[in-house]
Amino acid sequence: MIGGGLLLLICLAALAAPLLATHNPYLGELSDRLITPFWNSGGSMTHPLGTDSLGRDYLSRLLYGARISLIIGLGTAAISGIIGLTLGLVAGYFGGRVDMIITYLISVRLSLPTIVVSLAVVQLLGGSLNVVIMVLGFILWDRFAIVTRSATQQIRSQDFVKSAQAVGCSTMRIIFKEIAPNVMNQFIVIATLEAAHAILLEAALSFLGVGVQPPTPSWGLMINQGKTLLFFKPWLVTIPGVALFVLVLSINLLGDGVRDVTAPEQRN
Amino acid sequence: MKPLDCLEIKNLTVTFPLSAGTLWAVNDVSFTLARGETLGIVGESGCGKSMTAMAIMNLLPQAAQLQATGLTFNGQELTALNESEMSDIRGNRMAMIFQEPMTSLNPAFTVGAQLMEAILRHRKVKKSEARERALYLLEKVGITAAASRLRQYPHELSGGLRQRVMIAMALMCSPDLIIADEPTTALDVTIQAQILHLLTEIQREFEMTVIMITHDLGVVANVTDRVAVMYAGRIVETGLVSQLFESPQHPYTQKLLDCIPVPGKTKRGSYLGSIPGRVPSLIGDLSGCSFANRCSFCTDECLNNDPPWHQIGSQRGYLCWRNPEQISPYKGQGVSL
Amino acid sequence: MVMYALKRIFLALLVALTVSILTFTILNMTTDPAVAMAGDTATDFEIESITIAYGFDQPMPYQYVQWLGNALQGDLGTSYYFRTPVTALISGRISITLWLGLVSMAVGILIAVPLGVIAAIRPNSIWDRICLTLAVSAQALPSFWFALMLIVLLSVTFPILPSSGTDTWVHFIMPVFVLATRVMPAIMRLTRTGMLDVLASDYIRTARAKGLKPQNVLFKHALRNAVVPVVSVSSVQLGHLLTGSIVIETIFALHGVGFLAYESTVRNDLPTMQALVLLFSCIFIIATLVADLANAWLDPRIRVVGIDN
Repeated sequence: MIGGGLLLLICLAALAAPLLATHNPYLGELSDRLITPFWNSGGSMTHPLGTDSLGRDYLSRLLYGARISLIIGLGTAAISGIIGLTLGLVAGYFGGRVDMIITYLISVRLSLPTIVVSLAVVQLLGGSLNVVIMVLGFILWDRFAIVTRSATQQIRSQDFVKSAQAVGCSTMRIIFKEIAPNVMNQFIVIATLEAAHAILLEAALSFLGVGVQPPTPSWGLMINQGKTLLFFKPWLVTIPGVALFVLVLSINLLGDGVRDVTAPEQRN
Repeated sequence: MKPLDCLEIKNLTVTFPLSAGTLWAVNDVSFTLARGETLGIVGESGCGKSMTAMAIMNLLPQAAQLQATGLTFNGQELTALNESEMSDIRGNRMAMIFQEPMTSLNPAFTVGAQLMEAILRHRKVKKSEARERALYLLEKVGITAAASRLRQYPHELSGGLRQRVMIAMALMCSPDLIIADEPTTALDVTIQAQILHLLTEIQREFEMTVIMITHDLGVVANVTDRVAVMYAGRIVETGLVSQLFESPQHPYTQKLLDCIPVPGKTKRGSYLGSIPGRVPSLIGDLSGCSFANRCSFCTDECLNNDPPWHQIGSQRGYLCWRNPEQISPYKGQGVSL
Repeated sequence: MVMYALKRIFLALLVALTVSILTFTILNMTTDPAVAMAGDTATDFEIESITIAYGFDQPMPYQYVQWLGNALQGDLGTSYYFRTPVTALISGRISITLWLGLVSMAVGILIAVPLGVIAAIRPNSIWDRICLTLAVSAQALPSFWFALMLIVLLSVTFPILPSSGTDTWVHFIMPVFVLATRVMPAIMRLTRTGMLDVLASDYIRTARAKGLKPQNVLFKHALRNAVVPVVSVSSVQLGHLLTGSIVIETIFALHGVGFLAYESTVRNDLPTMQALVLLFSCIFIIATLVADLANAWLDPRIRVVGIDN
């Protein structure tokens, strides 16, 4: 509940960023650089969260940064979800050799270290929002596939699927009309997990300077740019980090909440 | 002087505080067990018979609350003991055999290790002595190739064998009291008979006091001296097996007996089996007789007030509003003993 | 058990081979190695001569087989940036990463398992809630940011710990703690669920009925069964932890292979990147293999009979 509420708030803030932002997130006055947030002495409400080393309003950048993180989360979860769902459904439904091959694919995927591969591939392709989403989307499908596969195996043996087969429904129809809706609950839970995972990964990549490129206001990138001034202006790092933490936390809590409602037996 | 009773339970009550109200799992249960006696506790599942056993062993779930005016074992008041003192008695002076032999053994340790554990805990014995005792008891409970069984893991044994191991395990410290909680329910029918036979033999040989918990009156008839019939958390009737089977007083006992098919007596196609109605909810206010809703002699009194306990002699008693003279002699099929 | 182990090892080798093909293909497809090698200032002629000299114009499968052949002999190529053999580069730096990973893992387990046990002993108690809140928070914590915050707190505000370098063990306290935090939530949750399941089991009741001391029941009978899934997760978590060292080593200036992965990536040092992806993959594969074998060994049901598939 708390998770859902927080996330909704962040989404609204991100959507309304153009309305809420008091300044252009990409342009700053160099004369206004490194203004401290309002709670420190010397801060003011003109720039409530201060400004960065280029004089850009930190609150405005933070608001637009929420968009980046949310797009990354949604985009990645969508791509990896479609890949994982398809593989899992096919493997679980057909079983046998098809299942063997897909299971093998999953174990190959699981032995590819996510951050190393995404770091290398994003760097080689050139970092940008789209590239990061595509690369992460093509990497993070494993859990979707695993969960969908086992859920499909369970559902396939149930009566309503058998009766659908008996009345001669086509395979495609059975998979997408009968089985897919029944794995949706678990799918949504995994989707929240992977969205949070993707957001953290993008932040890490951008922090390393390999992900989304400046002047995009990615939170990871903001931390990267702030870290040189870490000992002098720690809030440059603290603020986007807290934002990141709260966003990921709210998504995870939402996922936990969804699981508790749809599958209370998987609690703990 | 009267010999010390093995176990005396006075007004034992086990409750669970639930959000919907208090659940009365065991309600004011009292009984006494003389040394060497075998008592059968009979009742449907959920009637509180296992909870009574758990209360004696002090193995109740964390949420359970226990009240009793007396829970005396070998003259020692159990409710006054702390967990550590209680654990000195458990597995040592009293032991338990559980319903599910398949899951009651730890999969991670060998049969031998689990057998020897109790005696190593309670007695100052060497490992080799513990091993010898384990071997002796495994043979006693009819397990062949005992030495190699000691090295095996539980999953390598069949259900019947595991239950024999459980029995041997309970015997490791030669306890005074053994509580067998539906020891045969999970087993195949032929194995059931073997295990029951084994239990009676062992009871005689080691002169132990036994509480046999079961839903099966047939088991009671063959194995025990005395019976306590439980219904909805209460003991509704007790007596010697012969008394109870010949002249059941409580309507519930009568109906239970009616459920047993008797060869030659039960008419072909006659109604057999179940008692109509359901066990009432045990949550909240339970005034009135708990069997009232299924009883054919039910009156207004039964619905509103708790029935009194009628004691007939030292061994016999029942919980009902009807006086002994009101009860017509039992004309059911009866069970030939 | 032996058959099972052999099967698992064969599968692991097969996966490793597939991973190496994938790595090679992906990395060589996404960039022109000659361009990467020649550097930013290279002329077309230079790039062309490099292409021919190194055989980059050969078909991909041919290049792969050559690369694999060399790799199996311990030759992973020469770093474009460091101008030294990649094998030497890695072997000089891997110990620091492995130590960091193993120590962090140990610290993580030593903290998380007791927390999980505490949470499971009294479910829904205040301790349980505290443990779960810690787990949920740690899961949402960006580790690089957490590292920076620790530096601000422990090196600047209260200057107790050094913020970078590898001179003494004190330098490793913060990185180890940050990495341990990454693995703690999963291990804690798993220990908790495992313990809850096990504590409710019939054989724990049997153990208690034997009169065993509570600590004996808990640590001998329950934990032994509850840690079986923890072992396999720990092993996989070790893989995550080692890859997580990329970020942590960069922040704390620890010159292990994690930092090398970062350096080689931002410098487009293809042979080093390739070798490191393969290295980390192999660590993952070995970790999973070890987990499966350890699981089989810990669970006598598998140890004695062996499991199919």
